Amino acid sequence: MSLPRFGTHNDPGPDFAALLRLSRAGSDTNPLAATDHPQVAPVEIPHGTTCVAVRYDSGVVLAGDRRATAGHLISNHRIEKVFPADRHSGVAIAGAAGPSAEMVRLFQLQLEHYEKVEGTPISLEGKANQLGQMVRANLPAAMQGLVVVPIFAGYDLGASKGRIFEYDVTGGRYEERDHAATGSGSLHADTVVKLGFRPSMTRASATDLVLDALFVASDADSATGGPDPVRDVFPVVAVIDADGYQRLDDAELRRRTERLLRRHRSRRETQGGTS
Amino acid sequence: MTMPFYAPPEQVMKDKADYARKGIARGRSLVAFRYGGGIAIVAENTSSTLRKVSEIYDRIAFAGVGRYNEFDQLRIAGVRHADLKGFAFSREDVDARSLANAYAQSLGQVFTHEVKPMEVEILVAEIGLDDDGRADQLFHILYDGTVVDEDDWVVLGGETEEISERFEDALPAAPRSLADGVRAAVAALAGPDRTLGAESLEAAVLDRNGDRRAFRRLTDEELASILEA
Repeated sequence: MSLPRFGTHNDPGPDFAALLRLSRAGSDTNPLAATDHPQVAPVEIPHGTTCVAVRYDSGVVLAGDRRATAGHLISNHRIEKVFPADRHSGVAIAGAAGPSAEMVRLFQLQLEHYEKVEGTPISLEGKANQLGQMVRANLPAAMQGLVVVPIFAGYDLGASKGRIFEYDVTGGRYEERDHAATGSGSLHADTVVKLGFRPSMTRASATDLVLDALFVASDADSATGGPDPVRDVFPVVAVIDADGYQRLDDAELRRRTERLLRRHRSRRETQGGTS
Repeated sequence: MTMPFYAPPEQVMKDKADYARKGIARGRSLVAFRYGGGIAIVAENTSSTLRKVSEIYDRIAFAGVGRYNEFDQLRIAGVRHADLKGFAFSREDVDARSLANAYAQSLGQVFTHEVKPMEVEILVAEIGLDDDGRADQLFHILYDGTVVDEDDWVVLGGETEEISERFEDALPAAPRSLADGVRAAVAALAGPDRTLGAESLEAAVLDRNGDRRAFRRLTDEELASILEA
């Protein structure tokens, strides 16, 4: 590989996606612009599903279940859909698993590349816009069935608070005040979050809330995986605050999940319900 | 038809080399050395925004002396080279040696084929994955594409002989601490007649602390506290 050099007329600046296009000039191999696919994805491809984000008093909690489905089959029991984007932000993705992973990889690199070339990180707003452009670039593939719908959450060092952004398939970017959900189980998960949300929650109660939301979603949506104490698989939960992105370890998640299950069990017993 | 004057290639190359060396000597120098926890780079630089030392990749740092616009162009090309390679293959496939070769190729090309050579000297430093620093590398690349694989420390810029002499005398034997190395580097850069404060220095380290991105700048406060001790 020789050193990539550009003239002033075609210099991609700090934009890694543009650099990628230029360095592969001639063939449009932008991984996010699939144009030569058949009209509809012909085979059942793996899809990742439910992710939620909740703002708490000093940051954001971001969580996703661990199931990937291909049609009616479970294709993966421990897939991960929540990723760090950089030190102070994270991204959770629902949709076609392959393009999702590719988008995350490109997005992470885009942020780091900008930071290195420019010597300063992109603002949180700028990062959210960048992700929107990537979702937009995926629209042709989305029309053929390869939908990717992320949530972006981060700690805004300028405003000293957590912020959450939702997207639609066309790259539309919507900032949410307190919480967001995406994926096939999002309807159920969002309802749980909506009912359980309180302003200025602590990190612990926000974590319990997202675990509950994913549990309820897995109860009603076959594509969302519930906690699996047999295989020791729990949702991926990350907290993002002034100290940065931190993924919660399995020991804490196991403890919180067991407590959550106890709570559901005792509620059932006291109410004598059947749900 | 007009005939161009004949100039022997030896003369052309010598003139170009002199031109490049003069340009480089006008700027301030920098020192890089290995210490117990990684590699440190200390540069004399009065600007706190126009950087001489910067991050290329997870374990790779870049430093340049000479004309700012020229080495900054090389720095950005290096970041692009590394990020493209890491994206196409994997992060662990990005290494300093291949980057140094790409730089050498590019600088050599400019030196022989273009009217004006680049007035820069650059350093590509990499810390290895092991704990003891045996795989650490320092590549010193000159304006004409010459690559020198340095062992323990290196000085880039003008007056390198004087600075090297002073640095060799002041530098404690390995394994040395970061603070001892920085004090030796600053004394060597300053010389007997000057003292350099934190505000006229720029320093960064590749820190073997286990973080994915090993590059870290030393703040003015950190530098000042090292120099005061």
